[in-house]
Amino acid sequence: MKGTSLEEKKLALKTAFPHTLPVLTGFIFLGIAYGILMDTKGYGIIWVTFMSLITYAGSSQYVAITFLTSAFNPIYALIMTLTVNARHLFYGISLLDKYKNTGKLKPYLIFGLGDETFSIVCSTELPKDVNKAWFYFFVTFLNHMYWVLGSALGGLIGNRITFNTKGLDFVLTALFATIFVGQWKSRKDHIPALVGVVCSIISLLIFGENAFIIPAMISILIVLSIKRVRGNA
Amino acid sequence: MTLTTSQALIIMAMVTLGTIISRFLPFILFKHADTENAYIKYLGQVLPLSAIGLLVVYCLKDVSFTSSPRGIPEAISLIIIALLHYSKENTLLSIGVGTLTYMALVQFVFI
Repeated sequence: MKGTSLEEKKLALKTAFPHTLPVLTGFIFLGIAYGILMDTKGYGIIWVTFMSLITYAGSSQYVAITFLTSAFNPIYALIMTLTVNARHLFYGISLLDKYKNTGKLKPYLIFGLGDETFSIVCSTELPKDVNKAWFYFFVTFLNHMYWVLGSALGGLIGNRITFNTKGLDFVLTALFATIFVGQWKSRKDHIPALVGVVCSIISLLIFGENAFIIPAMISILIVLSIKRVRGNA
Repeated sequence: MTLTTSQALIIMAMVTLGTIISRFLPFILFKHADTENAYIKYLGQVLPLSAIGLLVVYCLKDVSFTSSPRGIPEAISLIIIALLHYSKENTLLSIGVGTLTYMALVQFVFI
């Protein structure tokens, strides 16, 4: 890591930025919506900026609004956050190898490993001359800053302005769908992708929208393990 | 605000802690595990594909198929994204067209 020149970092930033554009759009919008919501609950710009900076987890922060506006129950807040964030376990396992030799950047890369950063990092094939660790760093950092900036803007605006951005939050769904199709095209074996979708849908139908993630993850692990054993047999 | 400042700070600390645990846990659990271990290697190869599938479903979890518009705007937009991305493979184009389609549908067609 020591030998990374300024030129290398610049190249990594230049390579990372276009990949983060969809996240810029999505996070500014979702961040503003989050900031406005927090502001209406009595948590102004300082609270919002602080939380987006130290927590940096979109869906958990939305869920946390409930805990911040109801009876004080820190243990429940922790358990709910772990449940909502359980999918992050998969991201870590998927990136053990990619994040292996990232040196001093590693703690921050893991801290900032949200859905959007994961989807970009796991799906991007980098040219040889781009420094991988710094590319991962800039993707993580830019996404983090978009989220902080968006929520700060929301806290600043409050509910003074209304604008018809209905449906703009679909940009993140579109990002994940695009990555899904890209991966589908680049791989011959479509079973892992299908397993992910089918197990999730079945779990969603059985357990409902608030409790399906963990059963979905367990069933994905089971099916993938069976597939491996069968493949080797 | 129903909570005191210190109570709110504790809640934020808990949410932050929960997030940090969920993100660091795999790296701590497998710190000494051999990443050359065949099973972990296999998971590292297939899990990203399944995880993105899970993520797409997660984004659509609140869509209702029993009440209007029954997920039709989502379905149309996703089909357009899939066709466009399969043929052109231009990420920003696919996301841009897909999102604008969705916004047009929910703002003007399925109001």
